[in-house]
Amino acid sequence: MALILLIVGALIMLFPIIILTMNAFKTIGDYNATGPLSLPAHPTMSGIVGFWKMSDFPVKLGNSLLISLIVAVLGVVLSVLNSFALGIGKVKGNRWIILAIMLANMMPQEALLFPLYTMFKHIGLYNTQWAIVVIFTIIQSAYGTYLLSSVYGTFPEAILEAATLDGATRWETLIKVVLPISWSTISVLFVFFFVWTWNEYMIPMAFLMDDNVQTVPLALATLQGQHTMDATTLAAASLLSIIPTIIFFIIFQRKLNQGIVAGAVK
Amino acid sequence: MQKDKAKRPAMSRLPGNKSSKFIPYLIPGVLGLAVIIIVPFLWNVCLSFTRWRGVGPMKFIGPKNWIRLMGDATFWKSFLNSFWIIVAIVVIPTILGLLISSVLTDVIQKKFGSKTASFIRALYYLPQLLPVAVAAIIMGWIFRPDDGAINALIAKFTSGSVAINWLGNPKLALPSLMFILIWIQLGYPIVIFMSGLQRVDPELYEAAGLDGANWWQKFRVVTLPSIMPELMVVILTATIGALKTFGPVYLLTKGGPGTTTIVPSYYSYNQFFQIHQVGYGAAISTSLTLVIIVFSVVFTIFQGHVEKNMDD
Repeated sequence: MALILLIVGALIMLFPIIILTMNAFKTIGDYNATGPLSLPAHPTMSGIVGFWKMSDFPVKLGNSLLISLIVAVLGVVLSVLNSFALGIGKVKGNRWIILAIMLANMMPQEALLFPLYTMFKHIGLYNTQWAIVVIFTIIQSAYGTYLLSSVYGTFPEAILEAATLDGATRWETLIKVVLPISWSTISVLFVFFFVWTWNEYMIPMAFLMDDNVQTVPLALATLQGQHTMDATTLAAASLLSIIPTIIFFIIFQRKLNQGIVAGAVK
Repeated sequence: MQKDKAKRPAMSRLPGNKSSKFIPYLIPGVLGLAVIIIVPFLWNVCLSFTRWRGVGPMKFIGPKNWIRLMGDATFWKSFLNSFWIIVAIVVIPTILGLLISSVLTDVIQKKFGSKTASFIRALYYLPQLLPVAVAAIIMGWIFRPDDGAINALIAKFTSGSVAINWLGNPKLALPSLMFILIWIQLGYPIVIFMSGLQRVDPELYEAAGLDGANWWQKFRVVTLPSIMPELMVVILTATIGALKTFGPVYLLTKGGPGTTTIVPSYYSYNQFFQIHQVGYGAAISTSLTLVIIVFSVVFTIFQGHVEKNMDD
């Protein structure tokens, strides 16, 4: 009984994706004749190829990869530095500092939009991928600091003592002792930051005006805005947009599972 | 134990090191936070006391925007809608997530193995993985009035043609939006609760079973207390996310029809970029920020009480 309900639920969850895949391979004539629920009568790649060309998909893909990768690396570096000072260094007032840093995560993005827009316009970074990189490095590292400093707060005392006895400096302790032991949490943060940045929408939409700097989610959304897309093009475009995320998920699924465990239990 | 720590002078966990020696490691992070978050936020607060069209001269007008905000029916409507968004993103997915994850762990995993359980979990998690822009566009297409899949599905069962305008009808727009948000959100609590449930000692369930506890009693006595920390994390993060909801509203309904689906985030974005009332938009986004901060502080205090009660 429970199993049947669960599977029905899972099918409801999956229904949009199944429908999407079926219609991504239809022609518009096919769609109009048979509706969205039937299998393609004459399977075609034309919708997918059309969106690939129309949206300059390789450029968007490259932008998304570049932005997400740099944010993930810089975000991790910043999280580690912060957490070393807060979790291991126990810098005075560390709880308050962590709370202040968490503000970056709590803040609704539109409360930052206009000032950031003005700032980046002045220094000439508006409409470049670097604006997005800088903003999301700070926002993602807030979560990283929150998570990693609680991990470092329970870092085994004996190992830290041993490092001190060996005469390691603080920097050496961080690089040679703390970093290697926390590698699994760090790689989880890396995956999170990558996926989250990849999926971001509002700030990239407000900051990336030109086609050649935009990201994958924007390609789909702006295309939808420009002209009402026909159903099959929309399905093909959506399918193409989610394939990279799904591939990434399959590759890193195990890491994500560990990360969710680490993320949930403070 | 926490209190003892707070009373002692700040000591680093690295023996022989003063905590102040670690300050250099904080400099890049705090500097970045100041430039990208703190200064822009204070700037935004200042903007809320001005009249400005985004370009040209800026005029300081004191608390006028704030006074106008208090009497703005659309503003209150947007927070009322936030309540329904919280129902769709926090209340329903959390309750469903508790049920589904405990059935997955307690029944499916035992009978069919952990591979089956994690496969079903992955199905539920899939929408969480999609960029919210893509998820919203897919659902918008499925809910289309003329050629959408939902209407086609209904037509199939009623053997007539149906043209229900799910997102365009003032009565149906908010419930339809809520349904879409539930679809997007559900995987998040399931995944987090399942990982929490892995910690529960199976013997606890067996002992409860021997005492003659039924499924509901086991759920109340064993499951719920065990995943209290996860439950708190989910409620806090999901509520903050619900208050900040923007993408689905922007892409699916633009707050409409009328103001039936407007939310604070979209309302301020609309003021900023569509009608160029930067000062008023800043007042809306500042008030939303204050609501989120107050909620987070109150919730953290409440969480402290719950944890204390559970320790006793």
